[in-house]
Amino acid sequence: MEIEVRINGRDERLNACTLDTLIAERGLISGSLVVEHNGRIIKQADWQGVTLGKKDVLELLNFVGGG
Amino acid sequence: MQDKPLIIGGHAFKSRLLTGTGKFAAKNWIPKMLEASGSGMMTVALRRIDIGGNNENILDFIPKDVVLLPNTSGARTAEEAVRIARIAREAGCGSFIKIEIITDMKYLMPDNYETLRATEILAREDFIVLPYVLPDLTLAKKLENAGAAAVMPLGSPIGSNRGLETKSLIALIIENCRVPVIVDAGIGRPSQAAEAMEMGADAVLVNTAIATAEDPTMMGRAFSLGVMAGRVAYLARMGEESDLARASSPLTGFLD
Repeated sequence: MEIEVRINGRDERLNACTLDTLIAERGLISGSLVVEHNGRIIKQADWQGVTLGKKDVLELLNFVGGG
Repeated sequence: MQDKPLIIGGHAFKSRLLTGTGKFAAKNWIPKMLEASGSGMMTVALRRIDIGGNNENILDFIPKDVVLLPNTSGARTAEEAVRIARIAREAGCGSFIKIEIITDMKYLMPDNYETLRATEILAREDFIVLPYVLPDLTLAKKLENAGAAAVMPLGSPIGSNRGLETKSLIALIIENCRVPVIVDAGIGRPSQAAEAMEMGADAVLVNTAIATAEDPTMMGRAFSLGVMAGRVAYLARMGEESDLARASSPLTGFLD
């Protein structure tokens, strides 16, 4: 089933899947990736338990240089 | 004279130099600079990843014994700063948070009002809150009362390297606040770091001046020495200034 989700401020259509699958498919696996799903932080160990649904909002973040 | 360690939020730091991770031409300068400077606390920022791009992990370049100080840069309101702080803590960066809320994109001056609001919220959530502010004594006292672990008044605009343009205002904060005062932003030279420490600042935070030096490792060392010189001079209690000359040698003529 195709769903629309908002990833980092952009609407994207993708096949319904779990968070870990999406991250792996996009080649985003990184030790510092921080995932916020509908306003909640999801720890890496819990990515596989989160199934993305219609209109979900994902923020994919990481730590960068800053003062 | 033996100095006391710098204590922030119950954590002791040997070095009174805090550093930032922004603007390094190559991230592998960071561990070398940390070793040369002895800095025990370093700022990091949180941003959206570049999907499809190369996302370097800044945390890979910071040794584990260095305390992370995530900042809330990018926040325009207290609520955004609070959200960033919660994410950073959830992501395993610990409880330290530098509140940086900027709405003025021309001079990059911090929004003191939003910063106070964010401090009130985050201190209640047991964060170790380090608010970055324009030096205003009344605000500094309110931050202290709200539970800030330190206050971070700016010396001059971010990245300007202009030094202690706000010196007399920072002096009021140093004289009247119980929490550590960390001079942040605008310190461009080791001599300016020394000047801040001579006047009784508890620490300084330096990013641009180290990161954009041709040799950030040597500059980190130079800042470390500047901070130490200023601190020891402060502890030694400097002599007073005088408008008139005061002879250091006897005033009598050579063979009088």
